[in-house]
Amino acid sequence: MSVQGFKGQALSWQSKNGIIELVLRRGPCNELGSLSLDELEKFAAALSHLQDEAHALIIHSELKAGFCAGADLRELYQRSQGMEKSEAVRGVRDFLERIHHVLNTVDAAPLTTIAAVHGVTFGGGFEFALACDLIIADKTARFCFPELRLGLIPGFGGIPRLKRDVGNAVVRDLLLTGRSFNATKAQQIGLVSQVVAEGEAPRAARATAAQVGKFDRQTAMTAKKFIKPIPLDELRHEIDIFCQLFPRPAVQTALKKFVESKDAQPYLP
Amino acid sequence: METSEKTLEEILSLAAAHFKVPREKLSPDDDFFKTLGIDSLQTLDLLTRLESHFHVELPDYELQGVSDFRTLAGKIQARL
Repeated sequence: MSVQGFKGQALSWQSKNGIIELVLRRGPCNELGSLSLDELEKFAAALSHLQDEAHALIIHSELKAGFCAGADLRELYQRSQGMEKSEAVRGVRDFLERIHHVLNTVDAAPLTTIAAVHGVTFGGGFEFALACDLIIADKTARFCFPELRLGLIPGFGGIPRLKRDVGNAVVRDLLLTGRSFNATKAQQIGLVSQVVAEGEAPRAARATAAQVGKFDRQTAMTAKKFIKPIPLDELRHEIDIFCQLFPRPAVQTALKKFVESKDAQPYLP
Repeated sequence: METSEKTLEEILSLAAAHFKVPREKLSPDDDFFKTLGIDSLQTLDLLTRLESHFHVELPDYELQGVSDFRTLAGKIQARL
């Protein structure tokens, strides 16, 4: 593995001309499970070296289905089968601690970070995008926090980061209804900075990355640190709440229903 | 204001064009999941395209259980 470039099963990255591109590439829609997490941790470790030579990070997906469908619920369900409750909760907490470390690293990176999203940007995928400084969406992008259908809350930092960016009424709407919404709506509520034509989000992100590279980096990073505090206490609290909710039988039932569902809208209860 | 029939026709035309199905193969009372052969991701894609075309928001839960074009047109018409 070279620090400058990496091609794994779940993602790849390359650093060129001051711009790092992290590309998600695990079918069907970049579900975040143990394989993705292993490779994301490699990226987070490499980022400390990459950031010396770069001013921007772009994250996008090469899959037609979308940016990321969130946590790998099939893996989550299968892993928890046959485990004692306490063991299952320990496993979940360990996974959440690790993914939080990765997303906190991206969130605080001394670079301008841009999520260039399309299609399904659900749950953990939405949370991944929220860790970035800017979200650029193409017209096919669709966002959703469907976790309540499972008897859970978002576990990858979603609520604290959403609260950082939009009003509490919007957070309640998205969280309590679990409805999905399109890129235009996401721009109206202030989450998305640009909406572009289908397939154009990476190109628009590269143009934006080139623009931000014109400014003095130290000034830009001072501004970022000033305007984008990381809600660490709330993020810790979120992990605790998730782990309290997870062992309930209702969650296991909902996970089973989702895993076995053939519905056209399996993210709905 | 669009009439229900016009809304219905626009949905049928949009679905036919996007999913590359001859328009004449689609009928208002068809089960669009079966006729178009679409999965959950394509359903979301269709929802996004309908919202964009009609300039409306369609909460997923309002469409839960809706599977024919005519009922879908009624849901959209109610938001125009």
